[in-house]
Amino acid sequence: MKKLINAPDDVVDEALAGMAAAHSDLLRVIEPNVVVRGDAPRSGKVGVISGGGSGHEPMHGGFVGLGMLDAACPGAVFTSPVPDQMLAATKAVDGGAGVLHIVKNYTGDIMNFELAAELAQAEGIEVTSVVIADDVAVQDSLYTAGRRGVGGTVIAEKIVGAAAEEGQDLAAVTALCQKVQDNVRSMGMALTSCTVPAAGKPTFEIGDDEMEIGVGIHGEPGRERRAMATADEITETLLSAVLDDGVVSSGDRVLVFVNGMGGTPLLELYVVYNKVAAMCRDRGLTIERNLIGSYITSLEMAGVSITVLKLDDEMVRLWDAPVHTAALRWGV
Amino acid sequence: MSAFDSAALRRFVNLFADRVRDRREELTQLDSAIGDADHGINMDRGFSAARAKVADLDADANLGVVAKTVGMTLISTVGGASGPLYGTFFLRLATTFGDRTAVDAADLGAALRAGLEGLVQRGKAVLDDKTMVDAVSPAVDAYDAAAGEGIGPALSAAASAAATGRDRVTPLVARKGRASYLGERSANHQDPGATSSTILLEALRDAVAEG
Repeated sequence: MKKLINAPDDVVDEALAGMAAAHSDLLRVIEPNVVVRGDAPRSGKVGVISGGGSGHEPMHGGFVGLGMLDAACPGAVFTSPVPDQMLAATKAVDGGAGVLHIVKNYTGDIMNFELAAELAQAEGIEVTSVVIADDVAVQDSLYTAGRRGVGGTVIAEKIVGAAAEEGQDLAAVTALCQKVQDNVRSMGMALTSCTVPAAGKPTFEIGDDEMEIGVGIHGEPGRERRAMATADEITETLLSAVLDDGVVSSGDRVLVFVNGMGGTPLLELYVVYNKVAAMCRDRGLTIERNLIGSYITSLEMAGVSITVLKLDDEMVRLWDAPVHTAALRWGV
Repeated sequence: MSAFDSAALRRFVNLFADRVRDRREELTQLDSAIGDADHGINMDRGFSAARAKVADLDADANLGVVAKTVGMTLISTVGGASGPLYGTFFLRLATTFGDRTAVDAADLGAALRAGLEGLVQRGKAVLDDKTMVDAVSPAVDAYDAAAGEGIGPALSAAASAAATGRDRVTPLVARKGRASYLGERSANHQDPGATSSTILLEALRDAVAEG
């Protein structure tokens, strides 16, 4: 293992300290490992928090700030945070208007957020939760833990954070988050594995001539192992699966998010986007907004995921609303 | 041994923490095949913390206090699904033990069954989902069937049944947890949760035998 670390056990703590040092104008880090917006709590504003394992940076800590998250709870690498963190985050951001938990659909995340919500409610804070489960690579969701939460989470946090920023109440913010979840779909693939620092070796073996289609954001195996193909062929596979899932149809306006998995150059993401744009045109879809870059990653894994959200006027307006975080910044 | 006391419970916590550390790579390896490659790491972090917290307790701490300390520490330190699941298991043991300092074979069985029920409630898994329930559930049944022979024989039966349960579900397709995302590809991989919970029941057997 070759990594820019000091010791595997210190990676998360040192990275958080670095974030706090770099972005003291936006956020602060409180015990036990919670990234909190600098001006939280804001009286009367719905708090929006999320969390998950570390290793997906900039998600979620990089999305803490104006117009997005009020707090993020980073767990150990690829391990859900513990309830103490979500409880501390919920208390830190509660401005009396309640707190929304945006939870990615993983068994551990669900259980730990559930425990935290119970504890927060016991302390008199109104908490709602929306589970993001947008990964179409999980086909048979009846006989599994359900679809995983992946790229749609980034989109949900931006749109929902904007709604909370403009003063929408907890019920409205929660319903909006569910609407984003209902209209967003994603799928990813990997060219290489990732290495969890504490594990010290690659999570999976993959040949130079192979790729993993439908990979998760923790290097979990996906739909199938296939022979390596061209960017256009890979894009066709991913985007077809996303578009054929029954959410979008010809004539729709969409937001497209082409995401790098951590080890993919932006150059290659634009090659993918080129094909995405052509396919959307052919299918009668209008790409009204896009996001291209590495925003929900799997450490150093090379690969790409494609997320498509069916847009309406409200979602476009909230997407365009000002945001000022470590990772996303516009309109300010 | 006719009674399970606080000293036995503490020996069990220490022994399990040792074994999780010894087998940390094995558990992580099993998890990397069908999950997210962190089970051994997380269990080691949690049980090392639990062992330290238990060591700080008064020598005369009752069974409920020791089990509750373990459960709360796991929930606060493990993360993932293992934290809430193992944490809930120990919290249910604590509730059943109450403020007693020793229990008999039947009451230890009741505590283990309460722990199993906690696992099922928290994880919403049933038999054959290929989870820790597939090891713990037959273990608790085997314990009850042998409880009349005393704590030692009952725990031996429980540990054997857990190992059998763990191996029985290896060919199956997982239906809960991260392994379930693999569908057919999860078949013929040994389940990490069923493995660690078998290690737990073996440690319980051996800690009592050492007493």
